[in-house]
Amino acid sequence: MKEATDIRRRRDAGFIAVVQERSGQNLSACYQCGNCTAGCPAGFVYDRQVHQIMRAAQLGLKDEALDSRAVWLCLACSTCSLRCPNNIDVAAVMETLRHMARRENRVAARKVEKFWFSFLDTVRAFGRAWEIGTMALYMMRSLRVFTDLDLAPEALKKRKFGFRPHTVANGGSGAVTRIFKRYRERAAREGTRP
Amino acid sequence: MRIGVFVCHCGSNIAGTVNCAEVAELAKSFPDVVYADDPMYTCAEPGQAAIEAAVREHGLDGVVVASCSPRMHETTFRRTVERAGLNRYMFEMANIREHVSWIGKDREANTNKAAELVEMAVAKLRRDRPLTAKTFDVVKRVLIVGGGVAGIQAALDCAEGGVPVVLVERESTIGGKMAKLDKTFPTVDCSACILGPKMVDVAQHPGITLYACSEIEEVSGYVGNFSVKIRRRATYVDWKKCTGCGMCGEKCPSKKTPDAFNEFTGATTAINIPFPQAIPKKAVINARHCRQLTKGKCGVCAKVCPSGAVDYAMRDNFVTEEVGCIIAATGYDLMDWTIYREYGGGAYPDVITALQYERLLSASGPTGGRIARPSDGREPQTVVFIQCVGSRDNSVGRPHCSGFCCMYTAKQAILTKDHLPLSHSYVFYMDIRAPGKMYDEFSRRAVEEYGAEYIRGRVSAVYPDGLGQYVVMGADTLLGEPVEIKADMVVLAVGIEAAKGASALAEKLCISYDNCGFFMESHVKLKPVETTTAGVFLAGVCQGAKDIPTSVAQGSAAAAKALGLFARDKLENDPQTAQVDIRRCVGCGKCVRCCPFGAVAETEIRGEKKAQIIETVCQGCGLCASTCPQGAVQLAHSTDNQILAEVNALCR
Repeated sequence: MKEATDIRRRRDAGFIAVVQERSGQNLSACYQCGNCTAGCPAGFVYDRQVHQIMRAAQLGLKDEALDSRAVWLCLACSTCSLRCPNNIDVAAVMETLRHMARRENRVAARKVEKFWFSFLDTVRAFGRAWEIGTMALYMMRSLRVFTDLDLAPEALKKRKFGFRPHTVANGGSGAVTRIFKRYRERAAREGTRP
Repeated sequence: MRIGVFVCHCGSNIAGTVNCAEVAELAKSFPDVVYADDPMYTCAEPGQAAIEAAVREHGLDGVVVASCSPRMHETTFRRTVERAGLNRYMFEMANIREHVSWIGKDREANTNKAAELVEMAVAKLRRDRPLTAKTFDVVKRVLIVGGGVAGIQAALDCAEGGVPVVLVERESTIGGKMAKLDKTFPTVDCSACILGPKMVDVAQHPGITLYACSEIEEVSGYVGNFSVKIRRRATYVDWKKCTGCGMCGEKCPSKKTPDAFNEFTGATTAINIPFPQAIPKKAVINARHCRQLTKGKCGVCAKVCPSGAVDYAMRDNFVTEEVGCIIAATGYDLMDWTIYREYGGGAYPDVITALQYERLLSASGPTGGRIARPSDGREPQTVVFIQCVGSRDNSVGRPHCSGFCCMYTAKQAILTKDHLPLSHSYVFYMDIRAPGKMYDEFSRRAVEEYGAEYIRGRVSAVYPDGLGQYVVMGADTLLGEPVEIKADMVVLAVGIEAAKGASALAEKLCISYDNCGFFMESHVKLKPVETTTAGVFLAGVCQGAKDIPTSVAQGSAAAAKALGLFARDKLENDPQTAQVDIRRCVGCGKCVRCCPFGAVAETEIRGEKKAQIIETVCQGCGLCASTCPQGAVQLAHSTDNQILAEVNALCR
């Protein structure tokens, strides 16, 4: 049997403070009505519902909040923030938790992170997203070669895929690449995982 | 002058952040101060006795108490000094609690500020002189604004107590929201059956004058002597002749008039009597939908009326009533829930308010008591109730709980099962608030005996599925999962706000209101019926969310306040009024024009125009004193010299 959670001992006040500071949201404003969960279009695949993540964050249960797949499956559509009766930007809290988990290298849904990196790699290289490049990189990283391949003909027909990467005029691509470089340098300086 | 200073510790309220002993010690160095002490609780019996003893022992002729706000204990200490043989106005208060100890933690700064406030009070007291109150007559009549159940109760109690009542109701019938209800919790007895007799009592009581279809236009005067101008809206029917037979409504050809009494769930005729038990049972023409009044062609009601009561030429008219006090009982309205786009924003016919649902349940409603979907008239199989729509919602600026929705939702779930035994009800709730007598038992009965499915969570969206039903997307937070229900009907427990026009009335009555329009009581706990304006009392939901029993109780409480006020034949004024120095007055009349109470009159002294203060009318606001270009008008105990003395004490 699972033991009862000692919520006094496990309360991580520092974690609460960091989440509040980085998200700019007051976690204690949440009265657990559940409207975020009710409206969440991705909730059906979550291991922990949005209001439960908010509850874990409120109680300072860092592991429950950060090791949840839900923060990675969140679509960032912000319906939760729109519906929240207490004006909490719930999506911002989810994003904050996602970044905290990534920096601490405790990513519960590795493939989602791989997709992120695949996407960002194309942006870094060309200054803009490149769909086919993102797909190719993601397939290599995740070894999910045939995933969603059935959608390709339809997407091609609608000209959603350009075979050549989009570039930014007037050397914009290089500027974007330099932003990434600076970010990596800063991460290295601060000793965090980029 | 010999002044005594008492610096109260107020337990740790003041002493926690102010060195009271040091303040008292400093006070001894202020001019005319011959005695200073720092008692633990000055307002307690030993504290007051110490003041009395000090006055006698040290021959004091003025007292300063440095403690809480004068709103709290000024009258207490005025009585204390009076008992000690001084004039009650030879007393000043320095507020070192709300203005010092409660707002800062720096002990040294607080102690200094407290000493400065005491010094100012001493400077003011040195220029005080004894004042005597004047008495004035009281008009022993009461005006009650709003004829809902709270107003009805207040009217009946006042009238039974022998005080004539003027009851003003905006709609064409009294009864308010309660008259629209089918049944009432927690007993499920018929609303009309218990309210009806009270409404009839109002109509029949010789001590009650009822103005229906009327509104307050203007209020002037002060406690004991209010003068209220009432607008009697044109009803286009002479109520002296109308017998309430209802012939006009039967024959009226304008049959698509929106039915406000039925919360727009049905249509009515342009001339109608809102419901069978209406008081007064008189017909009224809705001018916006009457063919005679809009197009000039029809006149059917005038032809069929057996008593010739219809009068299309009728105009609004005014009456003025003199009363001694006013009870506001204006009730509530539902907030505009159509701002909730996720519930359809009013576009889906079968998503309705609980008050509309109440009309569908009622035998006098548009369906004769049959629960029918407004869209197709079918009886619903699945009804979803959503609570807290526009309550406890900061995102739409409505943080308050509407108080009675939990209970009426349970009642409606029970009634739904009663009407449609095969139906199924779901209730989305956040918390069940049922603290009243037999309330929790009642809401449990909805679950245990009537099978209502209570789901702890909220609804994020309602949309039509295209097949005649509605998809309700919600969360069950106890299950920890999103849930979905296909419903035939959705009933919203819409939050309340103060009645339309309540803030305008508040401004006429000089009372304050909060950001949802509810009238502010004088003290949240200890003066829930009084307002900050003397002689204006509150009853019912106009002061905040209340159910029927509490509204009735507050109606009776307001009546008790009115009867208590009228138990005295004369009232005393506060003598801290404006006074005119005749030698300085040039008769410019500015004070006459600026006085909001009509307390400054123009007189002639030796052929010269002069201002004269009617002391029993003056409320001591000081507008005239600051307006007077000659400095001829001075407010007793706030004279220019006293204010300058206070400033000097502070800047020394």
